[in-house]
Amino acid sequence: MKLTGRRIFQGKTEGEALVTKDSISFYGGIDPETGIVVEKGHELEGVNTTDKILVFPSGKGSTVGSYVIYQMAKTGKGPKALILGECEAIVAVGTIIAELPCVDQIDVSKIETGMKLVVDGDNGEVEIK
Amino acid sequence: MELTLEEQEMAAGKYGKATQKAMEILVTLGDIYGAKRFIDITSVQIAGVSYANLNEPGLDWLAEMAKDGSVRVFTTLNPAGMDLEEWRKLGISEEFAGNQNRVIEAFGQMGVITTCSCTPYLYGNLPHYGQHIAWSESSAVCYANSVLGARTNREGGPSALSAALIGKTPEYGFHLDENRQPEVKVEVQTKVEGTFQFGALGKVLGDRLGKKISYITGIPKATVEELKSFCASYATYGGVALFHMEGITPDRVREIPSEISKVTEDDIKSAITDLNEDTEIDFISLGCPHASLTELEYIAKKLEGKKVNPNKEIWITTARPTKQIADRMGFTKMIEDTGAKIAADTCCVVAPIKGRFHGLASDSAKMCYYGSGRNKFSVKLMSVDECIEEALK
Repeated sequence: MKLTGRRIFQGKTEGEALVTKDSISFYGGIDPETGIVVEKGHELEGVNTTDKILVFPSGKGSTVGSYVIYQMAKTGKGPKALILGECEAIVAVGTIIAELPCVDQIDVSKIETGMKLVVDGDNGEVEIK
Repeated sequence: MELTLEEQEMAAGKYGKATQKAMEILVTLGDIYGAKRFIDITSVQIAGVSYANLNEPGLDWLAEMAKDGSVRVFTTLNPAGMDLEEWRKLGISEEFAGNQNRVIEAFGQMGVITTCSCTPYLYGNLPHYGQHIAWSESSAVCYANSVLGARTNREGGPSALSAALIGKTPEYGFHLDENRQPEVKVEVQTKVEGTFQFGALGKVLGDRLGKKISYITGIPKATVEELKSFCASYATYGGVALFHMEGITPDRVREIPSEISKVTEDDIKSAITDLNEDTEIDFISLGCPHASLTELEYIAKKLEGKKVNPNKEIWITTARPTKQIADRMGFTKMIEDTGAKIAADTCCVVAPIKGRFHGLASDSAKMCYYGSGRNKFSVKLMSVDECIEEALK
């Protein structure tokens, strides 16, 4: 099945989906040194996002989050692509400076954790294999 | 977005890599938020300056941008992680100082004026009514939009830097009249006085109304210091970037909202109670947002001739230009002879002080929020006078 959304940043990759219905704060919500979600009470608390395709409704929190996305991408921690329902400035800027494939305006309820995804950031498409 | 020929050339890389990256960021944001075009801006203020927030990768990115990036408009910085001159006095490590200086150098290389302050409007970065700007410090954004009547969205560090490199920002959000109209009328039914009470009011409204734009009545007068404390708190607790205050802020509103929210004496008291934990104080922070000269003079005269309890530290954070005048006026000596410390260029939110103290007292509701969340201190919100008494006893 192919889902069509909007390109936030280009690039193609494939991998395993990690899905949450909770918004994500990259600054303070994820430990950049491990890629593990640390926000108390978050659906993914304690889960490692490294090498996953992270699927979530939206970003939230401090704008420093953009630098956290960049830091994780440079050190090989954290997700390898981001799929969102609605992207806002923190995540958009983070993926552009990190050069991480990112697509939004995707119906994220169609994706479940563990599914194999092909992300085509160039065309704003996500394929479920 | 529709781009002019020059903008298209910037996006294509004709003006260098940093400009191209900046365009990529701004065009994407413009597309996300439905901007149709770019508009010229007259000033920029960039957050994300402390090495404690940037870390090595953030600094790498800035250094990369500094290779061929150069700002096109007047641009200043948010506080750094330390006093850039007297960092040793604050117990900052040699290693941190070296890294922090590299951040400042990268900004300086791009032509940024490296005054590090969250109150840029007190130091020559002062837009007038209706001017479009791109600022990032949340309290300054709220002050600029509301008190000055300038127009800015709440930018992140990279998008503010991008706007500085291009000299423009995409036209959306608070740049447009229709997005600046009030949604709820607030009736303040009690006297609000002093920075700590204005901070408490900001917490009441932020917690209750979130990002809804308010039209606040019942505040007959407010000082610059009270307004900057209110802006800091309101932005912290509600994510607010704009409010209107009858008789004080300059924006003309089309219609006063019919939805009404009342603030009573009990509301203010309970906000203050919320921010008063039962704790022993060993750290007192004044100057959040950065202390004005009026505040430094007041604190100097209150402290003069006394001694701070040697088991406590008190930091008064401010901007370098204010400190320099305070030096000349003798305020610095009056303050530092007591054992209190003036910390310029920095603030207690972004300095690496986690684990160094246990109980924080401050007149700033914003400082209490970050002191407790980011630095894990127990906190007490109190008036400036009470903070000074706490430091001495």
